[in-house]
Amino acid sequence: MTADVLLSIEGISKSYHGVKANDDVSFSIGAGEVHALLGENGAGKSTLVKMIYGLVKPDEGRMRLRGADYAPAEPREARSRGVAMVFQHFSLFDALTVAENVALGMDNPPPMRQLAGRIREVSEGYGLPLDPTRLVGDLSAGERQRVEIVRCLLQDPKLLIMDEPTSVLTPQEVNILFGTLRQLAAEGTSILYISHKLEEIKALCDEATILRRGKVVGTCTPREKSAREMAEMMVGATLNPPERAAAAPGPVALTVRGLSVASPSAFGTSLREVGFEVRQGEVLGIGGVAGNGQDELLLALSGEIRTAPETVRIHGRGIGHLGPNERRKDGVCTAPEERLGHAAAPDMSLTENALLSGAVRRHLTKRGFIDWARTRAFAEGVVRTFDVRTPGIGTAARALSGGNLQKFVLGREIMQEPEVIVVNQPTWGVDAAAAAFIRQALLDRASAGAAVVVISQDIDEIMEIADRFAALNEGRLSAPVPTKGLTIDQIGLMLGGAHGMHEAEVSHAHP
Amino acid sequence: MDFYGINPAVLIASLMVASVPIMLAAIGELVVEKSGVLNLGVEGMMIMGAICGFITAVHSGSQLLGFLGGAAGGAVLSLIFILLTQVFLANQVATGLALTLFGLGLSSLLGQGYNGIKPPPTGMVPYGPLADIPFFGRILFTHDWMVYASIAVVAAVWAVLKYSRAGLILRAVGESHDAAHALGYKVIRIRVMAILFGGAMAGLGGAYVSLVRVPQWTDGITAGAGWIALAIVVFASWKPWRVLIGAYLFGGITVLQLNLQASNSFPIRIPVEYLAMSPYLITILVLVIMSSGRGKASLNAPAALGRNFHASR
Repeated sequence: MTADVLLSIEGISKSYHGVKANDDVSFSIGAGEVHALLGENGAGKSTLVKMIYGLVKPDEGRMRLRGADYAPAEPREARSRGVAMVFQHFSLFDALTVAENVALGMDNPPPMRQLAGRIREVSEGYGLPLDPTRLVGDLSAGERQRVEIVRCLLQDPKLLIMDEPTSVLTPQEVNILFGTLRQLAAEGTSILYISHKLEEIKALCDEATILRRGKVVGTCTPREKSAREMAEMMVGATLNPPERAAAAPGPVALTVRGLSVASPSAFGTSLREVGFEVRQGEVLGIGGVAGNGQDELLLALSGEIRTAPETVRIHGRGIGHLGPNERRKDGVCTAPEERLGHAAAPDMSLTENALLSGAVRRHLTKRGFIDWARTRAFAEGVVRTFDVRTPGIGTAARALSGGNLQKFVLGREIMQEPEVIVVNQPTWGVDAAAAAFIRQALLDRASAGAAVVVISQDIDEIMEIADRFAALNEGRLSAPVPTKGLTIDQIGLMLGGAHGMHEAEVSHAHP
Repeated sequence: MDFYGINPAVLIASLMVASVPIMLAAIGELVVEKSGVLNLGVEGMMIMGAICGFITAVHSGSQLLGFLGGAAGGAVLSLIFILLTQVFLANQVATGLALTLFGLGLSSLLGQGYNGIKPPPTGMVPYGPLADIPFFGRILFTHDWMVYASIAVVAAVWAVLKYSRAGLILRAVGESHDAAHALGYKVIRIRVMAILFGGAMAGLGGAYVSLVRVPQWTDGITAGAGWIALAIVVFASWKPWRVLIGAYLFGGITVLQLNLQASNSFPIRIPVEYLAMSPYLITILVLVIMSSGRGKASLNAPAALGRNFHASR
């Protein structure tokens, strides 16, 4: 058995400013094994793989690669020893071509023309077709990930590290990716697969190591465990799915008709003839792969982009021409995806951030002067109700962890008691317990009579809380359908399937 | 072949000379900005190059050493920018502005006692019969070697950025320093080298002003050439050959307005003050037009331009 071990991690510890990110972590990965690293956000998964890839040095402990000591000082050394990594947030350069991006990830790349040929060869061999001359900025999320994977494969790795690879992919693209990974494992490449999506781990991985607060809390064989058992090992507590009282939806609250909006950003997607309506007490889930017009839709609904009055109506009244504060007055509150810099001003305190969005509906200003007492009370209310972990309301938004800031931002909007609330990626990067809390809060708002629009790339999230589902694909919105009885395959097709893939290739890559 | 007393061959020949300082400074700044750093201290580095080059040339009697001294002066001043922005992560815009003011003051201090001195003369390139070719001989083969060197620098920067691995890495760092860091490239080290190159080029351009163009030392001798160089980088939308075009365009306007001031036969009398401000007005106009279109010009800007990099975790 020891002869088959590719990488063994022995007693690795790493601290940042006195906080243990990894504490005495040990596990091993066999040759040709697909090994899952499971854990909540902040459990120390990313720190651990950065040490394996040489980006961070461990404080204690050691690693062995094929029986020899392994302590990479930098990624270059890790790559030369056969360790490659596909990053969670893609390490790609938008303004460079596919071939240039691949060359940057290699230590001794061949001349460009030769490299382009090899990219074509390898990418087609693994069912991931790529055009080396295209600009990466023009590619879909799935194609961008292919660039990263092909970059790794060209260096013939022994261990491939994948950090949350499926968070931006459609279900079909996930299937293609899994086909490629299985093919690689069958050829003897080991894969370290990091995720918190349990169904995927069950489908793909041979072994799993579970981390919680930097420590290994268990190992298991994913095929023999239920997703729920693994989730509870991960969180260390029992989980309750969100629930709501069933109620008949009320009259239509939000109507969008023929909404066409040019994207304000160079690599964005313009909206084309988007139309839907949401009733009071109803949750509409809008799914879609990142970059298909989600941001533009939120901007158009929040009032940051103005349109003709009749394209966006609330209770039948056109508000398309109004700005954000006028829309708030009419009962429309929104929470964008980008927490720092869009939903919250990073260097301002929570109190000030609460004021910026809540001033209109909560009457936090009087004749142009700020009512600080009321503002502080509002901010404190949000912090208390939504369990935001912060030293105080005077803390700068930047200092909060992603999950806590997300709770604050969502709480700030929900506590304004809007009649229509639109959120984009409400639980992105938030741990399971906080995500459950946020979803429950959105459902409670719907039960209280609000129309809720949830834009999300997490299909499971939409299935869990939405009454109806619509897919956003290249700026076009499909007709909403009830979520009850919808299968994952149907959703995948609505999302536009695998970008640029033919059915034959899909089945080929899925043995 | 004169138009209102202006000979086109002479005009083109003199605009090639006039554009050397801004071309050198702009191509240096282009490399700096391609690496994701916005150094607004070009004017300060140029004038430091002008005085350091002048002092070196006067004391050594060698013009070549003068140019090297000028490049060194600009590079040394850029070290301050490196220390503040790359080590202490100070704001690049504020630091660059401070660098210009500091450079102007320091050069004036260093230049005490050098007013009215002549630097060693420019060594002309022996052209032989080439200079006798009508029209083109006048345009192409009457210059000192720095004119050709500056064009060679533009060509070299273009080739390195387009074809070499070092150029690819430099562009990658300017595009996304986080991604470059994740791939294991030394972001700070690459940027430091780019800033030093930019400083040296600005210094070289400044030395050309005080050693060849004018040639003597007076306070504030660069007269805003550094700002024009910054504008040219944007005008060129970060492409090396367009820096050449931009520099010739601005150099041309400068020369033309001097000629128009001197010309007696030009039909419309334009007050001298308007002519003197024209290069700067055109600079402002070009910058406004380039940035209002939010089209291709703004798209080509390095994505990480002006953002400081700090390796977190």
